Amino acid sequence: MAIYNLNINGKKHQLNVDPETPMLWVLRDHLHFLGTKFGCGIGQCGACTIHLEGEAVRSCVTTISEVGTKAVTTIEGLSVDGTHPVQKAWLEHDVAQCGYCQPGQIMNATALLKRNPHPTDQEIEEAMAGNICRCGTYTRIKAAIKTAAKV
Amino acid sequence: MAVEQIKFGRRSFIKSSVAAGGGLLLAFNWFAPESAKAAVSGAESAWFKINAYLKISSQGGITIMSPNPEVGQNIKTSMPMILAEELDANWKSVVVEQAPLDTNLYTRQLAGGSDSIRQSWPGLRRAGATARYMLVEAAARKWNVPSKEITVESGVLLHQLSGRKGHFGEFALEAAKIPVPSEVQLKDLTNFSIVGKSQKNVDGLGIVTGMPLFGLDYIQPGTLYATIAHPPAFGLRLKSFNATKAKAMPGIKDIFSFKTFNDDYKRQWTDTSSFTELIAVVGNSTWEVMNARAELVVEWEQTPESRIIMAGFRSDMEVNVPAGLESTADHHRKMKEAATGPAKTERRDGNPEETFRTAAKVIERIYTAPFIAHSPLEPLNFFADVTSERALLAGSIQSPEYMEKTLSARLGLPLEKIEIQMTRIGGGFGRKLYGHYLVEAAVISQMVKAPIKLIYSREEDMTSGVYRPMYHATYRAALDSSNNLIAFHVKMGGIPENALHANRFPAGAVDNYLAESWSVPSNISVGAMRAPGSNFNAAAEQSFLDEVAEAADKDPIQFRLDLLRRAKENPVGKNNDYNASRYAVVLELLREKSGWGKETSPKNRGVAAYFCHNSYSAQVVDVVVENGIPRVEAVCCTNDCGVVVNPDAAANMVEGSIVDGIGNAMYGELTFTNGKPDKSNFDRYRIIRHNEAPRKIDVHFVENNLPPSGLGEPPYPPVFAALANALYKATGKRYYHQPFIKNQF
Ligand code: FES
Ligand code: FES
Repeated sequence: MAIYNLNINGKKHQLNVDPETPMLWVLRDHLHFLGTKFGCGIGQCGACTIHLEGEAVRSCVTTISEVGTKAVTTIEGLSVDGTHPVQKAWLEHDVAQCGYCQPGQIMNATALLKRNPHPTDQEIEEAMAGNICRCGTYTRIKAAIKTAAKV
Repeated sequence: MAVEQIKFGRRSFIKSSVAAGGGLLLAFNWFAPESAKAAVSGAESAWFKINAYLKISSQGGITIMSPNPEVGQNIKTSMPMILAEELDANWKSVVVEQAPLDTNLYTRQLAGGSDSIRQSWPGLRRAGATARYMLVEAAARKWNVPSKEITVESGVLLHQLSGRKGHFGEFALEAAKIPVPSEVQLKDLTNFSIVGKSQKNVDGLGIVTGMPLFGLDYIQPGTLYATIAHPPAFGLRLKSFNATKAKAMPGIKDIFSFKTFNDDYKRQWTDTSSFTELIAVVGNSTWEVMNARAELVVEWEQTPESRIIMAGFRSDMEVNVPAGLESTADHHRKMKEAATGPAKTERRDGNPEETFRTAAKVIERIYTAPFIAHSPLEPLNFFADVTSERALLAGSIQSPEYMEKTLSARLGLPLEKIEIQMTRIGGGFGRKLYGHYLVEAAVISQMVKAPIKLIYSREEDMTSGVYRPMYHATYRAALDSSNNLIAFHVKMGGIPENALHANRFPAGAVDNYLAESWSVPSNISVGAMRAPGSNFNAAAEQSFLDEVAEAADKDPIQFRLDLLRRAKENPVGKNNDYNASRYAVVLELLREKSGWGKETSPKNRGVAAYFCHNSYSAQVVDVVVENGIPRVEAVCCTNDCGVVVNPDAAANMVEGSIVDGIGNAMYGELTFTNGKPDKSNFDRYRIIRHNEAPRKIDVHFVENNLPPSGLGEPPYPPVFAALANALYKATGKRYYHQPFIKNQF
């Protein structure tokens, strides 16, 4: 066990856990940030995507010791009222079906647009290929990313 | 305008009272049948059960309690739209609450069979119209004007002549005192202003901001976490285990084995599960229990053969569960054997045997499909808090009403002491109809005497069974010397059940027709997956028809239309369970919208159409081959599901079906070695991804103002075949065996 001072969505959180604990479970079980989802636990589905210093990472394969005091952003930190441009684009295209994958999709898309503000279709497909949507909302996700890229 | 009766005999469909806190409370039946006749002749007592509520508060807020679980089919949005339409409410002022399971109040809480909208359409319309009537009456009394002079628009009552107006809330309390009318007038469909106009998902904001809406997100203070260990292979059961090391690990509270069902319990169909004795690991966090689970030392033993009697949909089913550790190679061998062996005749028209013997041309093809793991993105999980007095369960479940009965038997608690809270479901596809995981959570909570959250790892989820069955079909067609289809034969089998729908097209369109079925028992458990049976039926039959059309030198759409004309004008047999006219209209619309047969249209295109769950769907798939790998460029899809309640959401669901169908046709497969699933997570079990999805999907609906029918499943089955037929154009090869990517590329 070790004590960590996490920086999540701009706020400090102190906790004492096993250094090997994945951030996914730190967020969900210890701190109750429930927007970050569990899908596979092995970095294959993207449901657990968060930002670490602005970059998209899979929280299920990122341990708390790797995170340390680095800035973490979760879906709750994007905006609580859905006003972030990517969230707005998601609402405009009414992307979700079951909705379970969407926090991870949004976090990955946000990181993509930061890196590459005007991605081509192919760049979107490649950047988003790690995020499974079992309900098959891919065409809408692509459309929403393009809408968000325009603003 | 249609006048609808709402009262039959002594009992009423709808009851009114004053709501707590003032206002109007209407209790009604969400699934009231289409017509008075159906009500009287149908299951009257069940039918009269009140199962939904509409509340109009004195402030004007409108609340609808929805008894149906939401799995992404968007009923939380579309069902209230129907009610708001007849009520002439301001759609924006309607809120929908997910009602907990309460069998005293709610019946038919089931997300499956694409039936929610179809069944609730009459009940919701009637309830909305009744509330509107009572509000108008209340206003008429207060204003002392004839009620027929009052108009209603967007939640406001208006008496034009005197210029008086007021919102619903002002009359809600008075309306509660108006007797429920025995008849109401429903709107003419052409006057609809909410239904048929796209409305955004009511949970949209919660989803994009990461609100805890899903089963996995439900916890209470003091909740312990639990996971389970089930046998690694089908055909094995628990013999003994040593948890000494696992128990000593940090955060672990308890480790024990338990049985999901009592020994003498007669299971319901929703209790399907191959593994009914499990090891539970309980502790302080998901991570800790999953780590400890990996340290269990377990000895498994072979399960002997057994026979289970299950209460099925209509009657008891006897399921034979053989012993042994099965492998996919055995499955293929057994299917091959069974396919040439005796089979059960499901339908016979004319003289098929003789016609085949004397035909000018006979085409015979074999199609197969593997087991598929549903793999909703939210793994199986449930919250349970069970005491000696009561049980509270919460989470993602498609069949709460059934599971409540199972819980009652297992926990020894009466039904009224069991509460099931339904959350938003993170995908189901049929998998979450089978609620063994909910029972497991309840038993674990009962044993540790604490609220617990049971979470399956993805590996436990994928290897725990209840798969789409494995299928095999032999199709034969006979053509005469002028290339007319004169006989059709399907012999369909599966492990452990087959997919045959004997009375579907082309039954009814061919003089000589034979449909037969067979099955091979297995200890691998299976369950319904999106358009059960239909998904393979369509894949095989619609690929086969493409080949038959080619052999007959006919355009595949025209070939189908000719058969449908026959089925319409002079049908063969009586039990054809599709409407040939509606089927043909969908195909004709597809021909137009896709530019089928035009010089300028893409060359590598395939077509397919299917009817299931009371709706019709047809598709043209365009394929390109890039670096030797096929990619779906575009899909054009036409549908007839009657009135489209929420068009954009409906289109979204169709798009999802198409992506899901392409994914499973191309990649979906679970194989077995000595009873053990060969894949257990998304690294090897392929789910279609962004870069493999169609680049473009066009969705169209037939406008016919017929009552709405299902849409969650019908567009799924045909895409398998439309894809196979397009791949044929692109590669010159036919695709008989799913998954296509493995078997052909
Ligand atoms: S849960 Fe982390 S990538 Fe799937
Ligand atoms: S919306 Fe259901 S998994 Fe993406």
